Amino acid sequence: MPSQSKQPVFESWGRYPKLDCRVEPLFWMDDYPRGTQLPPTVLAVGMGRSYGDVGLLEGGTMLSTQGLDRLLHFEPATGLLRCESGVTLDQILKFSVPRGWFLPVSPGTKYVSVGGAIANDVHGKNHHVAGSFGNHVPRFELVRSDGTRMVCSAEENAEMYRATIGGMGLTGLITWAEVRLRAIASRKIRYTGIKFHGIDEFLSISSSSRSECTMAWVDCISRGRNFARGIYMQGDHSEVTEPKKPSARPHLSVPFDFPSWALNRTSMRLFNEMYYRKQLRRQVTGLIDYEPFFYPLDSIQHWNRIYGKRGFLQFQCVIPWRYGRDGILAILQDIADSGLASFLSVLKVMGEIPSLGMMSFPQPGITLALDLAIQPAVTFPLFERLAEMTRELGGRLYPAKDACMTGHQFRSFYPQWGEFAAYRDPAFMSAFWERVTADA
Amino acid sequence: MRRRRSQIDSLHDDPDQVRTGAMPKTILVLGATSAIAQAWMRLLAPSGASFFLVARNPAHLEAVIQDLATRGAAAVYAETADLDETEGHSVLLERAVAALGSLDCALIAHGVLGDQAAGEQDFSVAAASLQTNFLSAVSLVTWLANYFAAQYRGTLVVLSSVAGDRGRKSNYIYGSAKAGLNAFLAGVRNRVDREGVQVLTVRPGFVSTPMTAHVPQGPLFATPDAVAHDILKAMEHRRDVLYTPWFWRWIMTIIRAIPEWKFKKMDL
Repeated sequence: MPSQSKQPVFESWGRYPKLDCRVEPLFWMDDYPRGTQLPPTVLAVGMGRSYGDVGLLEGGTMLSTQGLDRLLHFEPATGLLRCESGVTLDQILKFSVPRGWFLPVSPGTKYVSVGGAIANDVHGKNHHVAGSFGNHVPRFELVRSDGTRMVCSAEENAEMYRATIGGMGLTGLITWAEVRLRAIASRKIRYTGIKFHGIDEFLSISSSSRSECTMAWVDCISRGRNFARGIYMQGDHSEVTEPKKPSARPHLSVPFDFPSWALNRTSMRLFNEMYYRKQLRRQVTGLIDYEPFFYPLDSIQHWNRIYGKRGFLQFQCVIPWRYGRDGILAILQDIADSGLASFLSVLKVMGEIPSLGMMSFPQPGITLALDLAIQPAVTFPLFERLAEMTRELGGRLYPAKDACMTGHQFRSFYPQWGEFAAYRDPAFMSAFWERVTADA
Repeated sequence: MRRRRSQIDSLHDDPDQVRTGAMPKTILVLGATSAIAQAWMRLLAPSGASFFLVARNPAHLEAVIQDLATRGAAAVYAETADLDETEGHSVLLERAVAALGSLDCALIAHGVLGDQAAGEQDFSVAAASLQTNFLSAVSLVTWLANYFAAQYRGTLVVLSSVAGDRGRKSNYIYGSAKAGLNAFLAGVRNRVDREGVQVLTVRPGFVSTPMTAHVPQGPLFATPDAVAHDILKAMEHRRDVLYTPWFWRWIMTIIRAIPEWKFKKMDL
């Protein structure tokens, strides 16, 4: 692997690929487009938590929305919040939890911007009952490179609304958005953790679960007797009213890049073994705070440094029900054989609620997400195999987490891409889009 | 009967203010769209404070008004004005006091970094920087210090800069305006402290704001939010001069200690 002579200024969360990205901060909603001094291609970027290159752009200007962090309106009667697009889910929670409101949908980290959550149409533990993030965003404003400002909703500019939700930031700059929050009585989650062995047990627990939030941690490294063991985690917002304080700041941080030998088959096996054994009984229940339930990794800042300078790939697929069980089983087998999987591999059943976005990732079936440390000789061929299996099984990969799928794969995962391309703003581009449309 | 006592004493008459940590309730902010001012106001809005905001850009001002109102401000009044025009200051400040009903605290946060290179060649550029960063602040502080002194209480917070601690070739025009401001504030403090008025000179180091957006950001850069927290703490402790983040006090002590014969040869 060639050594990186130049430290890139901006990295995505997976820290791969390393591209030379120039970032220009926005502070006000009217900062873009500003005069003509900006180079022709741009891409809005929020917190940079996309894993691969969907949030990267080389040779253009990335517009950082972190300065667009104002709350614009809140209706305490309905929970409708209007805010600028750089507001993070963390900032929303700090504001809304003490007032008795929670996010309608939340991904596994709260350090993402509202704009990013719309652009990737993120989903969470409640996908089977709530759909994805865009289902709770009735309106937003989109600014195009020609200076047009359009309010988009299911009624106004409806096609642009559908194209922008899950549109990977390619339709323009989202300046503000409305998010419909959901009422809560307490910070607490009524939690149940159930150990399982194998995909069938996972599916049977899944189908009998009535919880609002469900997901499973799965051990993707053990083979034989312990293959596909895991812990099914389900939770519901507690209905017992109690004072709702804001969260404390995280105090743990990974201060430096781990050396590449720190993660190996043995240390990973040990981690997975400990994680499985941490829960002693087959089933535990309790009341826990929402922070460790929704955001277990957010308590450690810069956890991506654990993978070292080289970074890591994230693999997330969804396999439709038709091949769901056998497909996931085959994929898990391949991953376990490779020994590359690491900490938190996640299995979840996705529900039937259709996403509003033209290019949204979620579809009914089983989704599997995991990190793969980068060992060039092994990781890339494995990824290629997994992507190909996903394609053959009629599933798809998640662009927000991808750095490797081929243009051919992308276009068969998302055959509607051509229709979507018509809505892309001519000045907006990402490394991902360049990559998957180059050979079209 | 003369009412003359410190702000701290008077707070104990008001149980509500004691409970909320002696935070001001009626606040005037000049340069309200500045990043530090916004972060500072966000910390105060949830306690139900009322604000009177002054800034130049109406669209930006509107976004700030909405943000504060959403976060729990009891009332937000605002006016657009160019604070370079000092003639308008007294009527503007009178309108602010009338709108708020009273005034506990004022923050002066407007300022421009200016074009140092242009100012070296063209006096009018340097004069414009002095007008914004020094003279307009002098005009506002004069009115506000007298207002607070007359009511024997009040907190006057003025954003200065570590750049005022020593003239450097890279930004001495801005620096000299802030140096003048520092001296002026020290004098005003000396006069009105005995009237129960706090004058807080804030000297931030590098802060990530639109003012510094074009500068490469190193590890010394602080967030506006961190600076805002420091200002609130300094207000509570009735401090006079605040270096923020804290390490700038020591950096500037060293920089001030360098003898001039050596300093003039350095590139800073």
